[in-house]
Amino acid sequence: MTTDVQSNNSRVEQFLTFQLAGEAYGVEILKVQEIRGWEAVRIIPNTPAFVKGVLNLRGSVVPIIDLRERFSLEHSDYSPKTVVIVLCVEHGENQFVMGIVADAVSDVLDIKLEEIKKAPNFGSRINTHYMRGMHVYKKKMIMLLDVDKLLNPDEVEGIESLV
Amino acid sequence: MSIDMSQFHQVFFEECFEGLEAMESGLLTLDMGDIDSEIINTIFRGAHSIKGGSGTFGFTVVAEYTHIMETLLDEMRDGRRKVTQPAVDVLLGSVDCLREMLTAIQNERDVNNSSVAKHKAALEIVLNGGSMDESVPQVEHKPASESVVVNAAPDIPEEESGDLEEQGWKIAFCPYLDLLKTGNDPVRLFRELNELGELTTIVNIQDVPAFYELDPEECNISWDLKVVGDISGDDIREIFNWVEGDCEMEIQPLAKPIKSAPVAKIIDPEPLELVLPSNPSPKSAEAKPKVAAEIKKSDTQDSDNEAAKAMAKASSIRVDTDKIDTLINMVGEVVITQSMLGLVGENFSMDKVGQLKRGLAQLERHTRDLQQSVMNIRMLPISFVFSRFPRLVHDISSKLDKKIVLKLVGENTEVDKAVVELINDPLVHLIRNSLDHGIEMPADRVAAGKSETGTIELKAYHRGGHIVIEIIDDGRGLDKDKLLSKAIEKGLVEENSILTEKQIFELIFMPGFSTAEQLTDISGRGVGMDVVRRNILSLGGNIEIISELGKGTTIAIHLPLTLAILDGQSVAVGDETYIVPLVSIIESINITERMLNKVAGKGETFRLRNEYLPVIRMRRIFNVHSGNPTKSKEGVLVVVEGQGELCCLLVDELLGQQQVVIKSLEANYRRVEGVSGATILGDGSVALILDVPGLVRFSIR
Repeated sequence: MTTDVQSNNSRVEQFLTFQLAGEAYGVEILKVQEIRGWEAVRIIPNTPAFVKGVLNLRGSVVPIIDLRERFSLEHSDYSPKTVVIVLCVEHGENQFVMGIVADAVSDVLDIKLEEIKKAPNFGSRINTHYMRGMHVYKKKMIMLLDVDKLLNPDEVEGIESLV
Repeated sequence: MSIDMSQFHQVFFEECFEGLEAMESGLLTLDMGDIDSEIINTIFRGAHSIKGGSGTFGFTVVAEYTHIMETLLDEMRDGRRKVTQPAVDVLLGSVDCLREMLTAIQNERDVNNSSVAKHKAALEIVLNGGSMDESVPQVEHKPASESVVVNAAPDIPEEESGDLEEQGWKIAFCPYLDLLKTGNDPVRLFRELNELGELTTIVNIQDVPAFYELDPEECNISWDLKVVGDISGDDIREIFNWVEGDCEMEIQPLAKPIKSAPVAKIIDPEPLELVLPSNPSPKSAEAKPKVAAEIKKSDTQDSDNEAAKAMAKASSIRVDTDKIDTLINMVGEVVITQSMLGLVGENFSMDKVGQLKRGLAQLERHTRDLQQSVMNIRMLPISFVFSRFPRLVHDISSKLDKKIVLKLVGENTEVDKAVVELINDPLVHLIRNSLDHGIEMPADRVAAGKSETGTIELKAYHRGGHIVIEIIDDGRGLDKDKLLSKAIEKGLVEENSILTEKQIFELIFMPGFSTAEQLTDISGRGVGMDVVRRNILSLGGNIEIISELGKGTTIAIHLPLTLAILDGQSVAVGDETYIVPLVSIIESINITERMLNKVAGKGETFRLRNEYLPVIRMRRIFNVHSGNPTKSKEGVLVVVEGQGELCCLLVDELLGQQQVVIKSLEANYRRVEGVSGATILGDGSVALILDVPGLVRFSIR
């Protein structure tokens, strides 16, 4: 392989992978602000079910989103292993801090950009626009999420209809 | 070794804008009959420090401009020149022009050379004691420039056209009126330029006066030039060397310079600028669309910049040193108390409990004081807002031919910075209204037995935890009958309905309500009174009107002193805790389910002393399922007032009163209906603050 190709295509990005209902997902590690255990949140009235509520994160009020419900996966109770991944989301010029609930965090992987495969097209029934792509690691498939699209605060309202 | 000057730019701009404000208010207070030399001095000092600062930072455009103003002011100061109203008006125009220039520079935009040149010319006319003739613009030598073009064309072939996109210079050349009188001929300059590279010119003739006013010896046109080719900036500057003092110019490299340091562009001697254009008539057709496109572009840029500016604006605040000193004192106290407590804790035994309690009490007091002083830092005198109104009144009253005096009272009343920023637009609207609709024409006033000059008083004072801003005019007042009939006509009110005086005045806040017979460009467009009221309500304030027909109108705005902290009552609904702002609570009543009456199976009401109030079940409206449902048989009714409407919130329990620090929910999420914000409770959990007016609206739906 020539060095040219390497410099162009072999850029490596780090992804934090986590478990959700037996599947592996990944988010760019640069978006991750911190990982914390699950704790009780304050419910926000009249919001979609996947917005669990808000949390006090050192003085700022951060919404917490349950990805299981967001993806219409079966619900499970929160256990001591349940984690909240606090992400920094960019939307336009604004930055938002939001948390997602995951069953457990697994690993940080170095993934070459060239090894990320495009998300398959499932037609209109399943919306994949918030997926950055797929990656196969040790024969298991990891779905890499595009955090900025997934957690767009404006979209939070109408999201249910998309899934 | 070079110091990065850009770090001081922000301060420089702030100072300039302050200086401009001082100049403006000085100019407005100048009394033609009896000139106060101290005021002239103030104005002069403003101009002088702007000149000095801009020179230091290399904003030569500004420095040159201020220099002319300064010369004029200097003569006024020494009594060599009479202060006349026209001169003052020109100076006011110059203040605006300077402000534009500085804003442009601050936002890294190009300075609008033609407007600068125009103001400069006006200044010079005053300076030269200008007769009317001179102010007349004159014709340009269009023929000359055309001939240049013709010459230029044949030369083009020798140009290197390889790097058309990349190489070359853009020059804005804006000669002063008397450029030609100094023996300089733009045509010669263009010819020389054309020898350096391919020259494209665009003529700006918008400043050319009407034909019969033209003076053929004056130069009223300016040019935008583009020279393409591998040319050094020095070569270009050399060409313009001779005209340097006789024109405004800006030279910029064509290859889009990376604008990392916006200001730097101007400082940098390399790209000097100058503009000269000549417009070949054959090209003029294509040139025009180009100009139009450019204008469009700069328009959109402007709006971008404005947004950026709005964001940047929020970044700094000037604080009295006194306030800082108090703060430092406080912090000292807190540190002492903390070390005292540390000492108690080190070898703790039960006999030290008294000492511990005393220490904690002290700590509490100090913390509260500290909080108060910190909040104080955010407090600005309301004069920050008021100070721009004299100008507004001056401009508008002369436009309307009305005689109006503006009185400011209580400008030093302090209010939170956020309030200061948000109250400006509503106030401008209200004052325009008073100017336009409130105060009558001088003749009408005399006929009504009032003095010819109308008065508008802008008054600010503290009352309770609020600041009250009143706009009082002695104009014609609101006509109740007219308001009512208009409202009926528009279908906003039922016919034959009887409204109290207050309710009638409130009508003007309804969307779509306007009694103005005709719209003017001063009021009757832009934000309506409904928007004014909505803005004020969103700040947690309210607005009321008192008016007497023929005597005048008073509009009073009540605003909370700060938007950052509020007194709240925490209430429990199931497992959830909510905060109800204390100001909106009228009373709280223990009730049982039986005391609520159902209305038509839909709503519920509660009878409070002969009044039936709608009941909002918090549990239902917020979908709270937790907690013991049997308890909901009994509950507490919190009677609240929102937007003048009373209603009751049914909650499970009252928990306690406390001051809460308001946190934005929107910062990381978005607006939630019925909730105005969030706060953090003593145990670290989040509680939502109820938006009472919003809840009332929400429940009605």
